[in-house]
Amino acid sequence: MGHANLPNYGTAPAPESDAYDAQVLDALLVDAAEVVRRYPQKESALLPLLHLVQSVDGYVTTRGIEFCAAMLGLSAAEVSGVATFYTQYKRHPNGDYTIGVCTNTLCALMGGDAIFERLSDHLGVDHDETTPDGAITLERVECNAACDYAPVVMANWEFFDNQTPESAVDLADALRSGAPVRPSRGADRVCTFRQVSRVLAGFPDGRADEGPGAGEASLVGLRLAKERGWHAPEPGQAQDNAADTGGRTPSGGLEPGRSGSTDTPANEPDEKPGDGKVEK
Amino acid sequence: MSTQLTPVLTRYWDEPRSWTLESYERTGGYTGLRNALAKDPAELVGIAKESGLRGRGGAGFPTGMKWGFLPEPDGGPRYLVVNADESEPGTCKDMPLLMASPQLLVEGMAITSYAIGCTHAFVYVRGEVVHVYRRVLQAVQEAYAAGYLGRDILGSGFDLDITVHAGAGAYICGEETALLDSLEGRRGQPRLKPPFPAVAGLYARPTVVNNVESIASVPSILANGADWFGGMGTEKSKGYGIFSLSGHVTRPGQYEAPLGITLRELLDVAGGVRAGHELKFWTPGGSSTPMFTTEHLDVPLDFESVAKAGSMLGTRALQIFDETVSVVKAVSRWIDFYAHESCGKCTPCREGTYWLKQILTRLEAGQGVPGDLEKLDDIASNILGRSFCALGDGATSPVHSGLKYFRDEFEQAMHTPVDVSFPPHRSTVFAKEDVTS
Repeated sequence: MGHANLPNYGTAPAPESDAYDAQVLDALLVDAAEVVRRYPQKESALLPLLHLVQSVDGYVTTRGIEFCAAMLGLSAAEVSGVATFYTQYKRHPNGDYTIGVCTNTLCALMGGDAIFERLSDHLGVDHDETTPDGAITLERVECNAACDYAPVVMANWEFFDNQTPESAVDLADALRSGAPVRPSRGADRVCTFRQVSRVLAGFPDGRADEGPGAGEASLVGLRLAKERGWHAPEPGQAQDNAADTGGRTPSGGLEPGRSGSTDTPANEPDEKPGDGKVEK
Repeated sequence: MSTQLTPVLTRYWDEPRSWTLESYERTGGYTGLRNALAKDPAELVGIAKESGLRGRGGAGFPTGMKWGFLPEPDGGPRYLVVNADESEPGTCKDMPLLMASPQLLVEGMAITSYAIGCTHAFVYVRGEVVHVYRRVLQAVQEAYAAGYLGRDILGSGFDLDITVHAGAGAYICGEETALLDSLEGRRGQPRLKPPFPAVAGLYARPTVVNNVESIASVPSILANGADWFGGMGTEKSKGYGIFSLSGHVTRPGQYEAPLGITLRELLDVAGGVRAGHELKFWTPGGSSTPMFTTEHLDVPLDFESVAKAGSMLGTRALQIFDETVSVVKAVSRWIDFYAHESCGKCTPCREGTYWLKQILTRLEAGQGVPGDLEKLDDIASNILGRSFCALGDGATSPVHSGLKYFRDEFEQAMHTPVDVSFPPHRSTVFAKEDVTS
């Protein structure tokens, strides 16, 4: 599992031959100054600066770490310590496209495991490995907050909903061929790893207006409510009677906004199981 | 008759270009802010308290009370930090909200900042959802251009800046003090409390940390009144919330309803468990909340009732699993997650999740050794209540509840691989294709 090479930073300074050329460095300095200006204290700029480094170098390089350290008055070891904590900061040159298959419990069971297996066979790489042509880095990812679209695959952090092993292979092949690929809910096309890293550093790419506002699953409750004429109570609508009768109308149904719950004060607002009041 | 859905936050998600300021204003947006700026900040804290709004990020702490905990102004900065690091397995409400209606959050932040005397607020968006980040960045830019942010907002004399910050992939940063450390440019590790963020939060200054859905609920409270909000839900769990159904359900998705609705009612509108299958177990609020079974279908999904039944309302992330699913496999995969995401700061969580993972991995393979089930229970009991933060506690939930309701399956896994007892292809959404092809 994982990559054969050791991370190439944290053990020795960057050789002088690796230094940014003057033009790149000038642009980096301008961007970094803008990032730092967003925060009351400059150390807060470290996470976006590491995204910025990845937008230039394609991963977190030793020279990138030294650049961040110099910008923020930190040691290289401090920056390296932060970079190694977060999974989006890559220790090795990343592919142009990261394909992340959700293999947390729900997506895994719904098909994520099968998708990962098929992709891994198809691409000939395992978790956190990159195809020899440098196109695709394959990853298992944790829950990406789209469980109602399971199984979910992310391509450079754009949503591909309701995937199958076949659709995921098609996605990988299309990305590899350089064809434009449209996510289920996202920009009109999947951008490259470096382009997306620049957005995550806080530099908009003008694509916010692309793609839908919401996918089908996001709208399912809203549509059902519209069909049935359900809505929240209008402001000013009396709720006093509802409270007295447990929210039931004389006909036995529930008024808008009321549930059939009988209130049973059983815990403190932020109590957790194990606080002593919960049966084991 | 049953409980009706009440779309408020989700109400305009199907509007054309719903994410734009133009669309938001057309549907009544920024009424709440105008109402708020005409009032005294202390009055707003009072309204939040009266409404009964409780934190929508899982813990359910009363939002107005949290605001009220800030010490008296001392002339220095006070901060609002919005937790948009949604990563709890099963939880998928804040990301669609920010993609479809990011202005709800921006307006809520402006109102909240005015209420607590904050002039620089932050949104911490998880980094793995780039399009959501784009939408929030643009929403803030649009709000600046329209005078809802910046200097002298709507002529009130109130100033506010918002910084939208992207994380970089770490579940632990959803814990509020780890989030603050991360926002300060450090590894995201939780802080010892006290001091609580209200006293010493971001940059050691008084800070309110609230979930996206909590803050997004504020504009409607200001526009419609605390009584309107409190008229929904139950006596102690007031208002509406987004319930996220996922897994083996006919129509997975987002269902906004008053707190206190039951899973039976939600399944009824969602078309039930997928055809030809039956409910086996489910989580009421993400993987960190102890699982429920068919016997809990009628538990009202409010903070008190769920706690009384032995779990937590959490984030209302209802993950539905049918009879094809091995509980051992589900628990094992969740523990992989907690072991991977444990920040390593405290020993019970770091070591405990590691050892839970070792045992569950061999159980998955049907190679348990005598005493494994007792050891699982013992390790989990030694994590619970002994960890720095709720991540460790959360990791014990699937283990304890899995053993409690499905111990026979764990016994079976001592000698039989779970993929033999529960062929994995049967759980997939494309199971039928496999059978017919």
